[in-house]
Order: sequence, then structure tokens, then C-alpha cells
Amino acid sequence: MSETLTALPATETLADPIIELRGVSKRFSKTLDFAGRIAKRLGANLREEVVHAVDGLDLTIRKGEVVGLVGESGCGKSTLGRMVAGIMPASEGSILWRGRDMKSLNAAETREAKLRTQMIFQDPYASLNPRLKVQEIVGEAPQFHGMAKRGEIGSYVDEQLRRAGLDPALKARYPHQFSGGQRQRIGIARALAVQPEFLVCDEAVAALDVSIQAQILNLFMKLRRELDLTYLFISHDLGVVEHLSDRVVIMYLGRVVEEAPAEEVFRRPNHPYTKALLAEVPRIEARKRAFAGVKGEIPSPLDPPSGCHFHPRCPFAFDRCRVERPALRPVGPAHRSACHLNDAA
Amino acid sequence: MSAPTLEVRNLRTHFFTRGGVVKAVDDVSFTVEAGKVMGLVGESGSGKTVTGFSILGLVDAPGRIAGGQILFKGRDLATLPEAEMRGLRGNRIAMIFQDPMMTLNPVLRIDTQMIETVLAHAKVSREEARQRSRDALGQVGIPSPDERLKAYPHQFSGGMRQRVAIAIALLHKPDVIVADEPTTALDVTIQGQILAEAQKLCAQFGTALVWITHDLSVVAGLADDIAVMYAGKVVESGPVTQVLDAPLHPYTLGLIGSVPSRNRRGEPLRQIPGMTPSLLNLPAGCAFRSRCPRAEPGCAEPPPMAEYRPGQHARCIHPHQEAVAA
Ligand SMILES: Nc1ncnc2c1ncn2[C@@H]1O[C@H](COP(=O)(O)OP(=O)(O)OP(=O)(O)O)[C@@H](O)[C@H]1O
Ligand SMILES: Nc1ncnc2c1ncn2[C@@H]1O[C@H](COP(=O)(O)OP(=O)(O)O)[C@@H](O)[C@H]1O
Ligand code: SF4
Ligand code: SF4
Ligand SMILES: [Mg+2]
Ligand SMILES: [Mg+2]
Repeated sequence: MSETLTALPATETLADPIIELRGVSKRFSKTLDFAGRIAKRLGANLREEVVHAVDGLDLTIRKGEVVGLVGESGCGKSTLGRMVAGIMPASEGSILWRGRDMKSLNAAETREAKLRTQMIFQDPYASLNPRLKVQEIVGEAPQFHGMAKRGEIGSYVDEQLRRAGLDPALKARYPHQFSGGQRQRIGIARALAVQPEFLVCDEAVAALDVSIQAQILNLFMKLRRELDLTYLFISHDLGVVEHLSDRVVIMYLGRVVEEAPAEEVFRRPNHPYTKALLAEVPRIEARKRAFAGVKGEIPSPLDPPSGCHFHPRCPFAFDRCRVERPALRPVGPAHRSACHLNDAA
Repeated sequence: MSAPTLEVRNLRTHFFTRGGVVKAVDDVSFTVEAGKVMGLVGESGSGKTVTGFSILGLVDAPGRIAGGQILFKGRDLATLPEAEMRGLRGNRIAMIFQDPMMTLNPVLRIDTQMIETVLAHAKVSREEARQRSRDALGQVGIPSPDERLKAYPHQFSGGMRQRVAIAIALLHKPDVIVADEPTTALDVTIQGQILAEAQKLCAQFGTALVWITHDLSVVAGLADDIAVMYAGKVVESGPVTQVLDAPLHPYTLGLIGSVPSRNRRGEPLRQIPGMTPSLLNLPAGCAFRSRCPRAEPGCAEPPPMAEYRPGQHARCIHPHQEAVAA
């Protein structure tokens, strides 16, 4: 059983990509608020600032994979997740759905691609309409898209709820009548109801208690087996990511700095940032250890450092790091890293 | 032998709400010696924050301390008049909140806030107070503290704000600090920095630290002792190594088992069935009964806290006493 959960397809027989990102960037311009506009009119030296949330990023996710995406707050994980899920356009670059540029799809195809990818959020409460009963929340989309016949929608909803581990007897209740873990199950049932192939989970277990988190993670793994799902699993919790990902992608300030099969990342991290990150993960096996912390603050994406974004915090930084962006290059089988140190060897 | 820095004995803090009495804290006991770290762990709603607030005398109506003692160097804080408590709070006993903005005033510069805090409890000149504030910022690793003193809270990142809040807690080198999930909202890289400061603090000043968290892995690396809370009660307590390596209580064992790194990669995580009960209608007897794989008819009576191994207590009549590989 564990093979089907963790095995990565051999390099020769890679499954087809479900989604590919090529040179994708996302910029947000922070428009000035009202006070700022007034101040500017009065001559203050304010300009509209641009956040480079995602910066020239390449990523391929293949059918059946679980890809874990980690990085510090503000590094662009959610932005990337939303672009992958097709609910936010890229500012630059192309996003391919099963080999075809999203921009070249017609209306029906775009709708299909969006249905096949569903997103599950951290705060299940905020993402559920409080005025709808659970049966409406779960049944709305499949009914609209004709996935269940009129007379069969009731049993269709029951099936989705049961699959997400909820008792269908509770389907006439409203979201506020459920616990956090149950609400997350409602969100999962709603996503599954439109028969997706690909789930983008953005901090989907972060708000849950440890004991409930384990229940939901087990549910994700069971659904993967039963429905042959592909996952992009965004989490700041490296323990969770290590447990359920086939492949791990590490982001730093809008860029991928390292990607590799999960075991490889945790056993042989290459990038200095990945190493620093792993060193700080608290482990339940550790006793009275000395903590240190990665030196420095997370830099502002408004004004990212030049060259390698990590250079102000990197203990190995040298001159080249301050001027040249390191490319993501192979450092082992299916293992890529973006660090100039790899060229020196 | 002198009294320990902090000793909480059978603390009960109840909220008398219209819906009924919420026994948020209902028989909590633990001891923290000078220079030691006590990890108070439990899932949300288990009563950790209310325990912390009780120690600081910050529980407001409809809540009040309904029983037990909070002995600070032998003196009972539970019955101390508010005027005397005010002299201790922020001075000998300080709290660090999950949200640093509970400590920081958004409209005041950092120097104003820190200097006021110093002057509230120490008879020193303004200049000396500024000097102390500056040193405290330096101590928690804030670069160029002189400049930073002139900044407002919104000019700091979340991690920096939390460090400023810690610096404020440190100003009077308190004997006790209660830290309520101070790193939960922070990235692991910044969490590491803060945990390092906490360790230094205990070692340097002999502060007794109560570190509240839901994260067993943090407690494992930081604390000397641990108390596990469930539905308002401490269900297990003892030295960290003993409790984490050989838990007695089925709930502790379940919690440890559900940590991903305690499971084989990719295999289903061991999980505790069901969910935490509502404090308003707790079942009679052991509150963990409906989720417990070891429950037996006797568990319908409230189990007493008992010392099963030296220093290790559990509130369970049928604990895991055989050596368990968690
Ligand atoms: N709609 C928006 N308008 C302006 N800036 C935005 C917007 N959405 C995101 N950003 C900025 O883009 C950057 C990346 O944000 P994103 O939400 O993707 O980060 P994240 O990695 O998901 O962080 P977290 O771990 O905190 O969820 C941040 O600097 C954020 O402030
Ligand atoms: N002001 C209040 N009025 C009523 N109930 C409260 C109040 N504050 C906390 N509680 C209840 O006390 C219990 C413990 O809360 P808390 O100590 O905040 O939990 P934790 O910090 O462990 O998550 C919860 O059931 C909570 O709802
Ligand atoms: S490129 Fe330079 S600064 Fe960046 S991680 Fe490598 S050594 Fe450090
Ligand atoms: S007292 Fe009984 S129900 Fe409670 S934890 Fe122990 S065995 Fe389980
Ligand atoms: Mg996010
Ligand atoms: Mg709390």
C-alpha cells in the first residue's frame, strides 16, 4: 500500500504533466490608499509599489503526483496556487493545462479545466457560505454542471459527504454548527463533488488541532488512492509535507530555489536556504536542543535583494551572489537547485 | 528548601455564562523552578490561555478563579488584591501573547512604550529607562536598536514585533514569564530565533518560563517539564523525556502518535477518533472516555491524578504502564 502512496514514477515512465508553468510571474501593484493619494497630491514622494509575488517560475506537476510546496510567509505560495488553479491569471509566462496553453482554450475547455482543478483553503469557515445548508454547499456546483440528475442530487450529495467522512444525516445543518475539522471535511466534499483530478490545498490543515489534522491528512491520502488525484500541497509545516509528498518544491521570495523527490530533499538538501530551513524544524525526537534561527528577517518582496534573493541571510554568499540570479540546475536525479555554489564544484 | 518560583495548585477558573458554567480550567497543577521551562500543551480550547491569564490575574467577568492556589515564591496570587497584583504584573511576572499587538500600542513609538513600562516599576531617570529599553531590544537580537526605538509597531515584521513584545516582557527581568503560543503565527526560521532567545533568557536570569503551545515538537526541544491539558484538566505531567518517551495517558500517546514524523512516510497517520468535547456538556467521568481505546466501565467515575512513576502523574485509571514505543 505504501508504494502507491509514495512511489515516484521511474524517470523513464513519467506520467503526463497535468499542469506546467513556464516562466510564470505575478506582479501586484500596491495602489496607494486614499491617504496616500492625498499625500502624493500634496507633493509627498510616494509611488505605486510593485510586489513581485512570483518571479519567472517554472514548475511541472504530473498526473498522480503529490507535490509539496513550502516557503516562508509571503514568498508567493498562495499566489502560485491560485494561478495553478486557474483562478488568477499570470502577469507573464504561460500556464499549460495537459500540454495546452490555458490562453488558447475556448470557453468550454477553460470551464472544464477549472472544474477539474479545485482548491481547498486554510480557513474552511471563510470559504463556506454561512447562509447555505451543507447539502446546498455541496450540491450546488454538480447540479449546475449537470453532474447529477435532478432526482438523484440527494444521493449524490450523500455520497460526497460520506467520502469526506461526514454523516449525511447532518446535511441540513449550516456551517457554523460544525467543528473546524468537520468544516474542512465540508470543503473537501464540495471540492470532490465536481469530480476534480487535481486538488490545490493551501494550508488546508494549518488551522486544525493535531489530532484532527491527522484525520484530515489520512483522508487526503485515502482519496488519492481511491480517486487517483493529483495534489499541490501548500504548507509551512515541513513534517506534514515530508509525510505525504512525492516531490517537494522550496520557494524563496517568488522563486523556486530547490526541488527534488521528498526523501532526497530531507536527506540531501542542496540549497543553503533549504538546509537552514530544515535545521530549524522542531522535532519531537529532539530533547533540550539549542535553537539558533536563520539569521536576518524575511526580506520584503517590494524590494527584493539583488542577484540571489537569499544572499543577505546566506552564510556562504560571495560576490557573484549579489549580482547574478542563480539558475535552477540539476544537481542529481530529479533534483534541481538554484545556487552558485554548485558551479564552483 | 525555599519555595519554587511558581506553583499552581488545583487551579479552577470558571466562566459563569448564560449558557451555563464553562469550566475552562478545572484542576490544573504544575510547578516551575527558577531557570526552568514548563511546556503547557493541549489542543485549542483545552484551557491553556485561561491558565496563563489566571496566573497574571487577567481573567475578567464572567470568569473568575473558582478554586486553587497560584503560589508565586510562596505567596498566593489567586487571592491577592488587584492593587498588589498590579505591582507584580509586568514587573516580577510578565506575559507574552500570541498576538504581539496585545502588548504593543499601535499609535505609540516603541521608545515611548518601553520607557513607560520601565518607569512604571522602577525609580530611574528617563535616560536610564531609555538605556534599559535599548539594551532589551539588543538582547532579543533587534539590529540597530537605537534607530528601532523611534519606530512604530507597524514598521516591523510579525517576527520583529514579537521580539519587541519579548523585549518589553524582559525589561524588569521578571521571575516568571508566561508565553502563550508566541511563535505559532511565525515561520520556522523566525521561530528558531525566538526559541533561542527564550533559552538564553532562562539561562541568564533564572527566569521560570511557562511556554504554552499546541506543538509537542517545540516543547520537546525547549522544555524541562510538560503538562498536557485536555478539556480544562491537566491529564498528564512530568519531565519531558519521560512523558514523550513513555506517556501514561492514552490522550498523550494519541497526540504523540499523530505527529507526522512519528509515522512511516506515506502511511496513514495514527489518529485519535472523534473530537474534543464541548466544555458545556462534558460527559461524567473521564472527559476522554468517548475517544479512548482503553476505556472501561470504571472510567465513568472521574479518574484522580496519580503518580505512576517518580515525578510523572496521569489522570487515568488504566494508563499505559508497560513501556510503549510511541
Ligand atoms: N491581491 C494582492 N495585492 C497585492 N499584493 C498581494 C496580493 N496577493 C498577494 N500579494 C503579495 O504577494 C506576496 C506573496 O503573497 P502570497 O499570499 O502568495 O504568499 P504566501 O507564500 O502564500 O504566504 P503565507 O505563507 O503567509 O500564506 C506577498 O508579498 C503579498 O503581500
Ligand atoms: N470570556 C470567556 N467566556 C466564556 N468562555 C470562555 C471565555 N474565555 C475562554 N472561554 C472558554 O474557555 C475554554 C478554554 O479556552 P482557552 O484557555 O482560550 O483555550 P486554549 O488557549 O487552550 O485554546 C474554551 O472552551 C473557551 O471557549
Ligand atoms: S547563490 Fe550564493 S547567496 Fe544564494 S544560496 Fe547560493 S551561495 Fe547563498
Ligand atoms: S480514565 Fe479510562 S477513559 Fe480516561 S483515559 Fe484512562 S482509560 Fe481512557
Ligand atoms: Mg498563503
Ligand atoms: Mg489559547
